[in-house]
Amino acid sequence: MSKHNALNDPSMLRSAYTRRVVVAFMFVLLALGLILLRYYQLQVVDHKRYELQSDRNRIQVRSIEPSRGLIYDRNGYVLAENRPSFALAVIPEQVDDLELILTDLRSRVAVSDEQVKQFKKRLRRTRSHDSVVLKSNLSDEEIARVVIDSHLLDGVIIEAEPLRYYPRREVFSHAVGYVGRISERELKRVDPENYANTNFIGKTGVERFYEDILHGKVGYENVETNARGRVLRVLERTPATPGSDIYLHLDSQLQTVAYQALGNRRGSVVAMEIATGGVLAMVSTPGFNPNLFVKGISNKDYNKLRFDKDLPLFNRAILGQYPPGSTLKPMIGLAGLEYGVVTKDSKVKDPGWYQLPNNERFYRDWKKKGHGRWVDLNAAIEQSCDVYYYDLAYRLGIDRMHAFLSKFGLGVKTGIDLVGEKSGLLPSSDWKRRSKNQPWFPGETLNAGIGQGYMLVTPLQLAVATTTLAGKGRFKRPQLLKTVGTVPRFTPELDAFSIKKPEHWDIVWDAMIDVVHSPKGTAKSIANNLNYTIAGKTGTAQVVGIAQDSEYDGEALLERHRDHALFISFAPAEAPEIAVAVMVENGEHGSTVAAPIARAVTDAWMNQ
Amino acid sequence: MANTDFQRRLEDSHQTFARAPSILRRVHIDFILLILLVALTTVGLLVLYSASGQDMGTVKRQASYFAVAWLGMLIVAQIPTAIYRRWAPTLYLLGLLMLTGVLFFGVGAKGAQRWLDLPLLPRFQPSELMKLALPAAVAWYVAHRAYPPRFKVIAIALLIIAMPVVLVLKQPDLGTSILLVMSGLFALFFAGLKWRYILGVMTAAAASLYPAWHWLLHDYQRQRVLTMLNPESDKLGAGWNIIQSKTAIGSGGWLGKGWQEGTQSQLDFLPETHTDFIIAVIAEEFGFRGVASLVVLYLAIIMRCLIISVRGESTFNRLFAGSITMTFFVYLAVNLGMVSGVLPVVGVPLPLVSQGGTALVTLMLGFGCIMAIGTQEKRVVVQ
Repeated sequence: MSKHNALNDPSMLRSAYTRRVVVAFMFVLLALGLILLRYYQLQVVDHKRYELQSDRNRIQVRSIEPSRGLIYDRNGYVLAENRPSFALAVIPEQVDDLELILTDLRSRVAVSDEQVKQFKKRLRRTRSHDSVVLKSNLSDEEIARVVIDSHLLDGVIIEAEPLRYYPRREVFSHAVGYVGRISERELKRVDPENYANTNFIGKTGVERFYEDILHGKVGYENVETNARGRVLRVLERTPATPGSDIYLHLDSQLQTVAYQALGNRRGSVVAMEIATGGVLAMVSTPGFNPNLFVKGISNKDYNKLRFDKDLPLFNRAILGQYPPGSTLKPMIGLAGLEYGVVTKDSKVKDPGWYQLPNNERFYRDWKKKGHGRWVDLNAAIEQSCDVYYYDLAYRLGIDRMHAFLSKFGLGVKTGIDLVGEKSGLLPSSDWKRRSKNQPWFPGETLNAGIGQGYMLVTPLQLAVATTTLAGKGRFKRPQLLKTVGTVPRFTPELDAFSIKKPEHWDIVWDAMIDVVHSPKGTAKSIANNLNYTIAGKTGTAQVVGIAQDSEYDGEALLERHRDHALFISFAPAEAPEIAVAVMVENGEHGSTVAAPIARAVTDAWMNQ
Repeated sequence: MANTDFQRRLEDSHQTFARAPSILRRVHIDFILLILLVALTTVGLLVLYSASGQDMGTVKRQASYFAVAWLGMLIVAQIPTAIYRRWAPTLYLLGLLMLTGVLFFGVGAKGAQRWLDLPLLPRFQPSELMKLALPAAVAWYVAHRAYPPRFKVIAIALLIIAMPVVLVLKQPDLGTSILLVMSGLFALFFAGLKWRYILGVMTAAAASLYPAWHWLLHDYQRQRVLTMLNPESDKLGAGWNIIQSKTAIGSGGWLGKGWQEGTQSQLDFLPETHTDFIIAVIAEEFGFRGVASLVVLYLAIIMRCLIISVRGESTFNRLFAGSITMTFFVYLAVNLGMVSGVLPVVGVPLPLVSQGGTALVTLMLGFGCIMAIGTQEKRVVVQ
């Protein structure tokens, strides 16, 4: 067929076109076939993969904050609870004119410029359908001012947020502690998944130590969201496991009595149940209002607490280290009996001073003229005779003293369920060589014998030592936690130590009873109207050294240089239930300042 | 003859609808094509209702575009085909002029100037006019030359194609450029372009890929190609669209998630659900079954149009109708390809289904032309 002929031949042109159409149609079939193959690949072959991807797109896992366990005292009084707190919040996408709304809200509720600044900062970080808090912790009146015109305030909402509340405020501030907003550092310490939607974490006290129990377990919900993250519906829900409620050994009544008895003084009271090692009271004054920390404490308030020279944030019970003074005399006396250095009847001549052989230095008694010509152990404890103890200590030696006092838990951490307690200091010649690279001097043994010198204890250690004394060697680790929910948490029973002659306990106990109940006892002033028997021991701890030839004159000394007043006791002496240790900074007199506080606390226990 | 069956069936189908044409023929409507187009546009509205998030407003607006487009098609079908041919070069030159105008006075958004805002006229895209004027001009130029077209004719035809294409590329509008090039090339192909030229052009096209990549394409166009090749490289940026559309298509499976039940589209993960990416909505909600049915429907329309074109009285009519049909096919193939991630995203809508008035009107005017070609002339029955 000639192509030139085709020029004028319509039927030829038509059939040529038709051939091309057939080719074109083949091409169309091929192309659409390949495209369908592609869709087949995506939709049938790889379906599972894309289905998973599509589900991952739309289904988000959100964590649900568990509600924090409550803290009760031993009798079921609430020490820490969760209260709803109301916050003023704005949902950005529902607001037409943000500035207008802000101006309106500020005319109703006091909002500082700082809060507006913070609000705008948060606004930038938040998705437009999530609410942004403008002011938290609204008063009832503020809520009312907003709610009454809520129909005019589109996009403005009042949000409820559970907030920790400590109804006993200052009284339990150190023992219970407080929660606060989680810091970056704390977030590294905890499992971030379990804290995904949680704002608060225990910062101090029981709140911190039992964070794991109180926090609970985070819950999850699978929610369907759109591409902008707005939640459309909940598909599946694993509820959060709330934190367990815990009951402490603390007794609100004892705690309050101790707090009030300390009054305006700086000091600490620790009371323990002898049978269990449970801490019945743990007070440190001055206290602070823990609720300030929950809401996010202002810089002004925080600096006020931080730079207060009375150190209100400092938990003296476990962090304060003080010379125990004469409160250790019963334990050291027991050591003397045990090592055969003294007997019940052996006596020491007391002229009001003591001298080491071949040494000119005078070691004075607190009573200038001494406690009578001859003093035995009972009198030495009852009247707190220093000269007797100089002699006892000299003959006992520092290392035997160290070994024996260690059995009372001195010089090491007690293991209480709080973070950061101090271990105090129980010196020995070995210790001095190691830490100061110096030999031990005999004169230092004399100072140690009356609880001075290097020796340091925390009020809690003093209480533990007293408990051990009252338990006749049964040492108990102090513990605040009594039960989790209804499950008791027992303190592990530690090995009781026994002494060679059990009647030595009675010798010391009797002397301690005389401290309170004998007319010559240093704490006889608290025996008035006592309907049970207290065994106790006063202590006065020197804060600054007194020059060799001068005398202690409280009036002339700076208040902060005055002696610390201490007192330990257990009661009832016939079958001890409660041990108390009291320390009052610069309180001067164990007998008149510290002892009445111990009596008040013991009274509260005995008469309840 | 190889295609006797083809023609016989053509005749049979005509017999089947023997009574219907008598009424519709007077208004120059091809019944089969009409049915197919109505079916497709109905599907389009149903999908649009779902894709727009059950927004009746969008559907109503689109329906009104349809009304305009159907009316336009009806009017165009009445115009004698000889007039198309006579006005083809004029329309082409007018289009060229306006495209040049767009370059200087054009308005638009997102860095592209595509619209012309002339006084007394509604705002429109000259490139849309070109979609009909270009194949018409090529058909007009080649139709009365010797068969098969000689080299010089081909060169001039290519120039006719190239001028508007370059102007549209400058706007820039890659999708429309591709459609224009393909409409012109298919006109040439139907005009009997020798196979050795075709193979030569294909080789040349392959060879020009490198210079085109470097000098012709804009950065964003290059990015689209790169993104298509590896969407995961830019998950949140340009790759997002392709990843999400593939996810929508793939998660649809055999049967789909059900009408209005597509999570990718209903929850806004899928971009451009009512416009360029609407096939992903169909794939997600109706599954592979739905996509295949839709493709068969498109195929039927293409087949019917090609059949009509074969019956075209003159070479111009045949070339014009065939070229418009193949443009329609290119629309479809490019859109299906780009949404499923085998072609770069060039902004070509799914014909007659994607939301948008302009492309719809142009397409329906094209079908009007085809109907005119199929119904105005005295019937040619091949013996």
